[in-house]
Amino acid sequence: MTAAPSPEVLRAPLVVEFPFTRSLGPVQSAFLTGLRERTVLGVRTGDGTVLVPPVEYDPATADEIRDLVEVAPTGTVTTWAWEASPRRGQPLTTPFAWVLVKLDGADTALLHVLDAPGPGAVHSGQRVRIRWAAERTGAITDIACFEPYESEGDGDGGSGAAPGTAAPAHSGLFDDLVTGITAPARLDYVYSPGRAQSDYINALADRKTVGERCPSCAKVYVPPRGACPTCGVATTDRVEVGPAGTLTTYCIVNIKARGLDIEVPYVYGHIALDGAGLALHGRIGGIPYDQVRMGLRVEPVWTEGARFPDHYRPTGEPDADYDTYKELI
Amino acid sequence: MRDIAIVAFAQSDHLRRTDECSEVEMVMPVLHSVLAQTGLKTSDIGFTCSGSSDYLAGRAFSFTMTLDGVGAWPPISESHVEMDGAWALYEAWVKLLTGEADTALVYSYGKSSPGSVRDVLTRQLDPYYVAPLWPDSVALAALQAQALIDAGETDEPALAGVATRSRGDAADNPHAQLPGARPQGDYLVRPLRTGDCPPIGDGAVAVVLAAGDRARDLCERPAWIRGMDHRIEAHSLGVRDLTDSPSARLAAERAGAFERPVDTAELHAPFTSQEVVLRKALRLGDDVRVNPSGGALAANPVMAAGLIRLGEAAARIQRGESDRALAHATSGPCLQQNLVAVLEGEAQ
Repeated sequence: MTAAPSPEVLRAPLVVEFPFTRSLGPVQSAFLTGLRERTVLGVRTGDGTVLVPPVEYDPATADEIRDLVEVAPTGTVTTWAWEASPRRGQPLTTPFAWVLVKLDGADTALLHVLDAPGPGAVHSGQRVRIRWAAERTGAITDIACFEPYESEGDGDGGSGAAPGTAAPAHSGLFDDLVTGITAPARLDYVYSPGRAQSDYINALADRKTVGERCPSCAKVYVPPRGACPTCGVATTDRVEVGPAGTLTTYCIVNIKARGLDIEVPYVYGHIALDGAGLALHGRIGGIPYDQVRMGLRVEPVWTEGARFPDHYRPTGEPDADYDTYKELI
Repeated sequence: MRDIAIVAFAQSDHLRRTDECSEVEMVMPVLHSVLAQTGLKTSDIGFTCSGSSDYLAGRAFSFTMTLDGVGAWPPISESHVEMDGAWALYEAWVKLLTGEADTALVYSYGKSSPGSVRDVLTRQLDPYYVAPLWPDSVALAALQAQALIDAGETDEPALAGVATRSRGDAADNPHAQLPGARPQGDYLVRPLRTGDCPPIGDGAVAVVLAAGDRARDLCERPAWIRGMDHRIEAHSLGVRDLTDSPSARLAAERAGAFERPVDTAELHAPFTSQEVVLRKALRLGDDVRVNPSGGALAANPVMAAGLIRLGEAAARIQRGESDRALAHATSGPCLQQNLVAVLEGEAQ
C-alpha cells in the first residue's frame, strides 16, 4: 500500500451531439409554416393581446388560444445588445445586435438578431424589417436576421398589420404544413476524470490494475472513483490488485454487436481480481464458451499498444472455492 | 407548522478549473464539513437532496456519481433536482415540514470548466423559437441591461459600482473566485462589460437543515426559515418586462419578506444589472446590506450559487451579524425563476 502519487491529470475531448426531433402543435406549426411562406403569424389572447411569436396557452391565464392573426414583417426594437464576437450556431458570422423586436400588429417582442455595421447604428425604438433566408424550411432561422428599415414603403413580402392598425385574422392554413422541426444541438467538452480515475487509467498504461482502499471499511474499489460509496469518505490508499482473479458470474452473448469483430457466442463475466473488494467486468476467452464456470481462475491478456486488457483467459489453477468469492458476485 | 432552520453551511473554494477533482472529490469535503459542524453521521440524516445539471458534465445521471460521497449504504431517503441546490433545499424544507424527517442534508455542485457554460445554458431556452439562434446567457442578460438603461433605471457607471462593491466585499470571503475590485474591462456583449459578468468556475456547497429542538441541539443560533417560496415567469422573453421581476416580488411576498424589514440580503444576481432589478422588486433600501459575501459576481458555480446565497445568509445569522435576512436564488435567463427565503435568528 502506498499513498497516491501526485496526479497526472488526464483530459480528453468529449462531444455531445443530438438532433432533437420535435413535433409542433397547431399554433407553432402555423407560425413556422408561415415563416417558410414569408408570412408572420401571431396569436390573439382573450383580452386582445397579440403574442408574437405565438404560443398555445395564454401566459397570463393559461387559457388555450388558437386565434391566429397576421402581423407585419416590420417592427420596432424594444431592447438590444451588441455581439462583437459571434459564436458557433448564431445567425450571423459578422458582429451583430441581439434584438427584441415588436412587430407591427404585435404586443410582444420576438428575439432575433439585427444586421448592423456597429453598435452606433442600433438603438431602442429603431425601425427594422425581416430579411428572409433564401432557403426556408419552416424554422425560426427562416428569418435570416432583421435589417434597419427607415422607409414606411413596401416591405419585401407579407401584408400583415401596418403600424397602429389591428392585425387581421389568418386561417393558419397553408399547403404542406410543417409539423416538426429537427433542432441539432452540439456541446463540446474537455473531460477530466479526476485524480482517482486518472491514477487508474495511468496505471493501466503500465499493465497494472490499481484500486483504492477505504480507510473506514477497508474495502478495495476497482476501478476507484475517489470515494467509498458505503462510508462516504475519500479512498486515498492506493492498492495494486490482480493480475489474476476469479470469475464470479458470467453470461453467454449470442448476438453480434455492430462493428465488433468477436465471434459469437462469447462469454462476458464479472472478475474479482485478487485483492479487490468488488468485481469488474470483461470478456472471457481462451476457453470454449460452454466450459466457462463460476470460480474459474483467470488472468488478463494484453494486446500490443492497448490501454486495457483485451480479455481474460484461464490461468490453469484449480477453481476457487465458492466461499472465497460469494461476497463479490 | 414546524420551525425549521439551517444549522450548518460549507462551501468549497471556487476555482476556474478543478481538473484534478471529479465531482465527488469536489463535493466530499463540503459534505464532511457540515457533518462535522453538527456532529451528525450520514446515518443520522433523515433526508438527502441534491441539485446539479447533467449538461454541465455532459453526461447522463451525473449526480449519481456524487452520491458516493454521501455514503448511501444502508439505503437512504434521497432525491435530486436538476436545478440549483436552492430548489433542493426547498424540497428538503417541504419534507421536514411534513414531519417525515427531522434533519436534511442538502448539497449541490457545478463544474462549468469541462464545457462552455455560455453554450450550455442556451439549451435551457425555448427549443422552437430561441435555442436554434444560440443566444448565450451573457447576450440575454445584456438585453435586460440595455432595457434598464433605456428605462433610466441604471447606467454603466452604476453597474460598475455594483461590481466594485461586490468584489470588494468578496475580499473578506476566503472562498471567492474573484476577491477584490478589478477593472470593468471591455464589452463582452454591450452594454455588459467583463466586470458586469460573473466568473466561470467550479464549486460545491452543502447545508444541513433541522427541525425544532433538534436544530437548537445542533447549532447555537439556528437560522430559522420563516418562509420560502418560488415563482416563475413566462418562458418567452418578449412577453416579459425585463426591467422588473414580478416573480421575485411575489415569491418574497409569499415568503413574508415584506412583513418586517430585513437587515441583510444575499441575492443571486450573476450580472450587475440583475441586482438593480432585484433591489427594486424586493424593495431593498440602502440600509440593507446586500451580498456581503461578494455574491455571484465573485463566485458563480452554476447550480451551487443559489444555495450558497441561502448558506451565506444563514451563516451571517449564526455569527450574530444579522437578525433577519433575505436569501434569493434564480434560474433561467434574465431572472426567469426566483426563490426567496426569509431567515431569522432568535433574540441574542
